[in-house]
Order: sequence, then structure tokens, then C-alpha cells
Amino acid sequence: MKPPRFAYARPETVEEALSLLADGEASVLAGGMSLGPMLNMRLAWPELVVDINRLSGCDVIAVEGDTVRTPCLVRQAVMLRNGNVPLLSLALPHVGHMQTRNRGTLCGSVAHADPSAEVPLCLTALDGEVELTSQCGTQKVAAAVFFDGLLTTAREPDEMITALIWPKLPPGTSYGFAEIAQRRGDFALAAAAAWACVDGAIARVGFALGGIEDRPRAFTPDASGLPASEATARELAETAVGELDAMSDRQADAAFRRHLGVEMATRALCDAFAGAVS
Amino acid sequence: MTSWLGTPLPRKEDPALLTGAARFIDDMAPVPGIAHVALLRSPHAHARIRSIDTVVALEMEGVIGIVTGAELAEGLRPLASALRAPMTYYPMAVDVARYVGEPVALVAAVDRYLAEDALEAILVDYEPLSAVVDPAAAAGDEAPKVHESMDSNLVHQRHFCYGDPEAAFAVADETISLSWHYPRQSCTPMETCGVIAHFESHPARYTLWSNFQGPYILHGLMSAALGVDGNRLRLISAPSSGGSFGNKQAMFPQMVMLAAVSRLLGVPLKWIEDRLENLQAGSCASDRADAVSGAFAADGTLLGLRYDNLMNAGAYVRAPEPASLYRMHAASNGCYRVRDIAVDNRVALTNLPPVGLNRGYGGPQFYYGLERLMDSAGRRLGLDPLAMRRRNIIPADAFPYEAPAGATYDAGDYESVLDLVAERADYPALLAERETARSEGRLFGIGMAMGVEPSGSNMAYVTLAQSPEERAKADGRSGGPGSATVSFDPSGVVTVRTVSTPAGQGHATVAAQIVADRLGLHPDDITVNTQADTFTSDWSLASGNYANRFSSVVVDAIALAADRIAGRLRRIAGDMLEVAPEDVELGEGRACIVGVPDQGLPIRRVAARAHWHPLGLPEGEPAMLRETAVVSPDVLTSPDEQDRVGSAVTFGVVCDLAAVEIDRATGRATVHSYVSVHDCGTILNPLVAEGQVLGGFAHGFGAAFLEELDYDEGGNFLSGSFAEYLCPTAPDMPDIETATVTTPSPRNAVGSKGMGDGSAMLTPSAIANAVADALGREDIEIPLTLNRLWRLAQA
Repeated sequence: MKPPRFAYARPETVEEALSLLADGEASVLAGGMSLGPMLNMRLAWPELVVDINRLSGCDVIAVEGDTVRTPCLVRQAVMLRNGNVPLLSLALPHVGHMQTRNRGTLCGSVAHADPSAEVPLCLTALDGEVELTSQCGTQKVAAAVFFDGLLTTAREPDEMITALIWPKLPPGTSYGFAEIAQRRGDFALAAAAAWACVDGAIARVGFALGGIEDRPRAFTPDASGLPASEATARELAETAVGELDAMSDRQADAAFRRHLGVEMATRALCDAFAGAVS
Repeated sequence: MTSWLGTPLPRKEDPALLTGAARFIDDMAPVPGIAHVALLRSPHAHARIRSIDTVVALEMEGVIGIVTGAELAEGLRPLASALRAPMTYYPMAVDVARYVGEPVALVAAVDRYLAEDALEAILVDYEPLSAVVDPAAAAGDEAPKVHESMDSNLVHQRHFCYGDPEAAFAVADETISLSWHYPRQSCTPMETCGVIAHFESHPARYTLWSNFQGPYILHGLMSAALGVDGNRLRLISAPSSGGSFGNKQAMFPQMVMLAAVSRLLGVPLKWIEDRLENLQAGSCASDRADAVSGAFAADGTLLGLRYDNLMNAGAYVRAPEPASLYRMHAASNGCYRVRDIAVDNRVALTNLPPVGLNRGYGGPQFYYGLERLMDSAGRRLGLDPLAMRRRNIIPADAFPYEAPAGATYDAGDYESVLDLVAERADYPALLAERETARSEGRLFGIGMAMGVEPSGSNMAYVTLAQSPEERAKADGRSGGPGSATVSFDPSGVVTVRTVSTPAGQGHATVAAQIVADRLGLHPDDITVNTQADTFTSDWSLASGNYANRFSSVVVDAIALAADRIAGRLRRIAGDMLEVAPEDVELGEGRACIVGVPDQGLPIRRVAARAHWHPLGLPEGEPAMLRETAVVSPDVLTSPDEQDRVGSAVTFGVVCDLAAVEIDRATGRATVHSYVSVHDCGTILNPLVAEGQVLGGFAHGFGAAFLEELDYDEGGNFLSGSFAEYLCPTAPDMPDIETATVTTPSPRNAVGSKGMGDGSAMLTPSAIANAVADALGREDIEIPLTLNRLWRLAQA
């Protein structure tokens, strides 16, 4: 469990980091919570590791109009204490443990693209964007397009995730998050993130499911006018899960994953309907 | 006079451990120029090795040498096995790899990174062969043979009969039968195995530093494999060891391997097992395909038992296996009066790693049968689990109790243990709570598990694997001696030395407490050395840290040596004070005339006389102040012609009660309450004792809900990291209530019994019983993962 030989660079500016990424096969090291073990297990063999922890100004959370921008060095623990994205405040306690959240970054979790991970799930649920930058420029890619499957994304090798863009939903939106894992802090067997605007009945609702397919999937059903009830939540959840192609592994078979998906989506939607967090 | 024994003295070991000052094997560099070893391991569960090409790897940066299994075997004898079967076991695969993770080649390099780089460049041409993983399948005629030289994968088969089980089943009102598969697990010590090997010539000799835990009976097996006299193989233990739970017994093949390669390459070598290696090929509890039947009277009396055990040994029967089948054998009746018992034991070889010691060694598997049976029978007979135990336990006036298969239970008050469990669990209220929960449609269950905990093993119990006729042909075997030395050095300070090689059990603290009481000193005045050095320390075949040996046997040797020193101090002080030795008492660091506390001498001064003025000692008193005591428990008898054996010195008793609730929607089981009561004789240090109960419970909880070393049908390993092999972490652990009953053991001078395994042995069964009660079904197998519980709760 020793990593293969790799070159190491620790740039101080984004431009420098991008030029290193343009040169060859490199991995970006932010918190190292996934890349570290992958190097040690020799599952990752980069020629170069670009350690971005010294980049200046990349840890500042910025509210820009109706979005929140979290650059590449915003740690999960910092975001947990920042209320600008209410859904993340609900989800981040489920991400690993205090120690891993102190190092792990939001962008790193999105770059790694584990199908059960909470940060990609929330970004998908909120229809957020991934800001990808290379020497050729910057583009924003919708989360729904960015996640390409198990540990694979739309990021090109010369690109770096410089920020995540989180839409701020209108006032009156409330949120719910539910997940189940074998132990606290494990990757979820199923997770759901939901938001809703309820004005007597449902006005608008959206949610995403993680851990069931090879990537998070978002649903924005037309449910306006339906009662904000558990029955509605369960119906929406069942319809959504019916569209998913569930994974099966030693921890959870496909039938159990689908069942948990319905349970978690129902719970997340009920919480969003109840308006506990807005 | 203050008694230090029994007080919650904080552990002497902890300041160094908690500040990072303790030194472990990987911190050691006892000789210069140590090369670092990485092992190339088989990716196949079963494959012929056609060739191994090391040409490119040998030329790589930092590589000092590469040794293949075939090259290693040339200079070694096979590792001996407790079973006589036509199979050879070397520390590395020779010609055929028989499990995923079996070493096939070794790289020594200037550091571990470069050694692992070179592994990538070794080219092995494998011819994959059919593999077998399941023990029941392996036992069948059609199964691929793990060793070509053998007609069958069944390497061991014995039938035992005590009393008249046929008659018991014939008169039974109810016969209850269960069968199940018990999974492979590992207790995953925080520190993995590690060894440093140094060969020197003229004369040829090996020195090995390691965190090997013993038993040192394996020293002879290692020297035999290396072909050297015992005193040319020196084993030295590291100052600290970060947990073992039996796992660090199974490193002896790697110790032999490193010693031999140190000779072949002419350099000292270090190998530190990494986590993947530990999970993939370290010691683990054997998986078993077992069945049990119980004959019961309508009132719940257990009349007879039939065990049918099939153990999966893995690809080789590594010593001391098949001992895990026999550790509990002499106590096959558990804590009950039943005397008519039949046992069928079989051992199958498969294409999985060899199994070995793991906390409770054979106990968790054994109790999964007996204790699941008791609760199942209770449900059938309409008796609650507490009533089932009350009906069948051995009464307090029956001790010492001769168990049918040969164990002698030293002491116990099982009735009081049950009373305390019922009290602490608030049993009537718990039953009412279950009724309420069930009336609301919730899945709520109560389960119990109770059993004896054998401690201080007989070195001969594994010979039960041979027939009485085979044993008769061999020289006799018995016993399990312990030794300890207590000495004053010339500066007047006390050192205790014993080869107990602890891995976190607090032996130094407890030894100091025992000696402090007997010499009238403070525990801080006493330094304890528990390290082994087979060249200088007094060790026996039984030395080491396993089977709760310290608190059952070693404490007796420590107390005896301290008593001898105390007697000598009284004689010397009496002479100096001009009174009879009987008139001298030791306390507060002084030797005083009884009843005249101001007439006395510092003990330090009395002791110094034995070094500085030996001719001034009383007549007949030898120079120096050093006493080595050897104790040899007389209950550890040879197996007799009826296959009865005194397998262990002390038998504590553990009784656990679990209440769980299961969420139908998610399969999540919540432990509502858990009570664990132990009678382990005199409590030496309550902090240490409670730590053992909580730690054992955590291991048992992990086994019950989470842990399984998982393989696919082809023998590919699926649990190679802590993301797949799930252990409980602190937030996962429920609170538990612990309590003790104290029935002192007559087997040693301090009245204590072993108690480190008990919770790990019983917890899986108690939890499984509670789950069975909640679900109203008996087909319960562990680990009870969310997925498995959800499926069980749906049907």
C-alpha cells in the first residue's frame, strides 16, 4: 500500500495549475480523501500530482446574485458552518467524519463522482453547475450533464474544477435530506435530497436520488396543486425510482436499493413539505 | 495495609501509548542496513505457477534481491501441521498457488516503495485451476482438490460421544435442530504484523524481532522449518504491540520466510504487513457450516446434544489448527448440566486463506450453536430465555464441576449471575415493553447467551484431533506452565519479568499491583518487563499472550515469585532487626516489627544487603534477591482414552442479554438495551476488566451486524479495505450495562480467571437470538446487515 512514483507540484496560482494540467497526465490533489487511498492502493497512477492547497483566494464562498459560488478549496467542514446553501447544511453531516470533512473539499467530492456521494447529489438536486477551467478558458456544465457514471465525469484531463455554482432557490423554498448507510459516515446505500415550495398545496418540487444508479438523478415532477402529504411524497418517490436502473453489490442488492430509494425520497420530500429548513 | 489488587489503578502503559512515545515493531531498527520486503501475492484462488520471471524487476532501482517460493523452499523444511495429511505447507506458494493473496515471491529493496514498484515488474505465468470456497462443497467428491496429493479435501474427521446421547434423544419431548453458516471475520488489530530478521554466520543463527504474540510452542516449529537448534533461533518481542486478538500468532510462517531470506540474501530484512495484506491473508476466524440438535424435556431441561461441525480451514492447516474446533470441546456442555453429548468434527480444505486465532478462538462459532439452540427451544416450549437458563445451569454447590468431555470448571455461581442479569435488564419491564411493541406492530425481540470462558490453555488439547490410539503411539502431552521472575537490583528497586507479550491488556499494571501488595511497595516502585527474548528470558512452550493466559496462570507465577521474595525480605530484615521473620511485616516501603511501626528499615536497604553484603546475610540465605517461580497447573491433564481433556485452568461465566428493535422499512436494528454480567473470579483491576468487556462487546457487535471477509464463488477477495470490511466505529456502539459477580478461582493465588474473550464469544449469539425473537424466525445468519435484516423482515 505504497503509491507508485509520481511527480509532485504545488502551484500558487490557478494559471500555474492549469499549465501543469495541460502538460500531461496529472491528478489534482485537494483534500486527498479519495486520491490518497487510491494512490496507496495503486488504483491511480498519475505521472504528476498537482497539489492545489496553496492556491490563493480559492477558499472564499461568494454570493453572486442568485447563486452561491464555492471555489475549489472550500472544505466540507467550512460549508457545514455556512448557511448559504441550506440543502448542504442538511447533507454535509452525512459526509464522512469530522476529520475527513476538515480536509475534504466540495469540488473534490464532485470531481471524484462517487455515485453515493452527498455533494454531487445536492448539486444535481439544485440543478447547479460545475465551473471547469483550462488554459483555453472557462465553461460551466450543468450537474445533470457533468456526472457521466461511476467515478467518471465530463471533465477533460486539462481541466480543473475551479468552482461549483449553487442556485439560490426563491424565498419560501424548504429542504429535506435523507440517507441510509450501513454505518455513520459510510457512502449511502440510498440518499435523497429534496426542495419544495408549498403554499397550502405543492407549488414546485424537485429532488434527486443518489446511491441507486451509477450517478445521481434529478426529478422535477409537475406536482403543483397536489397535497403536500406523505402519500404524495411516496407516489413521487415510487415514480422516480421506477425510472432508475439500480446497482447491485454485496452491501445492497438492487431490490433493496430501490426500496431504500423510495423510503429516502419519501422522507426527504416529507421534510421539505414540512418546511423545517428554508 | 493497602491492597492494590482490585483497585482501578490507571494503566502504567497508557501515558506512553497516548503520547505516541511507545515503540512498536515498525519503530525498531535493531541492526544497521535493514532492507524492506514486499510480497507478490497470487491474484488467483487456485493456479499452477508455470514460471516466474524476475529479470526486469531485479534490475530496478533499489532492489536488493528477489526470492520465489520455489527458491525459498529449497532451503526449508515444510511447516509442520497438527494433522497428518499428504500436503506440504511452505511460507510461499511452490508450483501451485492455493488462495488469493498467497505469497509467490518476495522483493527486498532499500525501501518499501521501491520494493512495491518491483512487484509490478515480476512476470508470473499462471495456469488458473478450478477453485472451491464453500466448506460443504469442498467436502463433496466432485470438488476440485486443493492439494493434488490428496484424495479428498476433508483432512480431518472425528466422532466423539460422551454419555448416551441416543437415549437422551429417544426420550426427549422436543428435538430442536438448527443449521447455519458462520462467516469469516477478523478482529483487525490497529497495528498489523511486523518482523525484522537477521541471519548471522559462524555459528549460523537467526534473530527475529517481531510483534509475535506466542504461543512459544511455535518456536520449535519455526526452528525445525529453518533446520537450526532452538537456541540458534532467537525471538525478541517489540516493546509494544497494538492489539492482536490472536492474529499475531499466525505470522510465524512469515517469520520463517524472513529468516530464511535474510540468509539467502545476506541482509537483515523488515516486513510490515499492510492493511490489505492483513485483511487479505492475515489470521481470521474460520467460517463453518455447522448444525446442532438438542433433546429437551417439556419443562425445558436439556437432555442431550448433537453437534455437527464442518470447519473451513482454508488452503492449509496452519498450526495450531484444527484447534479452533477443539478449544471449546472439553466444555461442550457450556454452562449446563447436560451430560449426553455427541460431537462430529470435520475439517475441509478450500481455496481461501488459512484460518487461525481470532478473539474467542472457536468460542463464537461454538456458542452460536448452543446458545441459539437454547433460545429457539425456549420459543418452541413456551419458556423465556431466562427460564431456559435457570432450568439448566450447573448449581453453585456442584463446583468443582467435572464436565462430560473432561473440563473441570473451577468455581462459579451461575444462579447469581442470572439474578444480576435479570435485575440489571429490569427483565419483567423488558418483557412488558416487548408486549407493548408487538401490540403496536413493531419488531422487538429479547435474546440471551450464556457460556463458560475457558482460560489458560492445555498445550495438549489439540491432540484431540488424533485418535486415542494415535496419541498412545506418541510421547505424552499435557500442561501449560507459566513462569515469572521478581528481583531487586543492587539499587534496591523491583523488576518483574514474565513472557506474557501483551498487546494492550495492561499486564504491567496488574503485575505491579500483585507484587506491590506482597512486598509492601507502591505499584509505581515496580517496573514490569513483559517482553520475550528466547535467548535470555524464562519462557515455556505455553508462554505468550492468548487464551486469557495472564489472569489465569501467569498471575499465579508472579504472586508465587513475589511471595518468595517477601519471605526472604522478612528473613533478612528479621536478622537486621533481631527479631524472628514472622515478626516482620512489609508495608509502605518499610520492613517493620509487627505492631511496632517505628522500629523498621526501608525495604530498599534490606534488599541492598543481598547484593552489597552477602556475607552479612543470615545463615543459609543466598546472595542476590531474585526468584523465578514456575507454575504448572495440574488440571491440564493429557487427553484420556475416552477423549476427555482438562482443556483449561479457569472457567469464568458470561451472561449477556440483548433487546433489539428492527425497522421494517430499512432493516436497521437498534440495540434497545444490552446487559453483560461476568463472573471472572477476583477482579484484578476493574478499569482493565471493564475495558475487556467493552472491547469484546465491540468485536461481537461487529460480528453480529457488520463484519465478514467476503469472497465470490471463485475465491476472489471482496473485502480488501475498511470501505468493504466494515468494523463498528465509536458512534455505532450502543451503551451497555456491565456488572460482575465474584466467585474466586481456587486455581491461582489471587483468585482471578481469564475474561478477555467472553464478550466476543457470546455477543453474536445474544444479538442473533434477539433478532430471531423479534422476527419470529430461526433462520438467522450473521452478519445481520441492513440488506439481510430487511429481507428477513419482509417475509
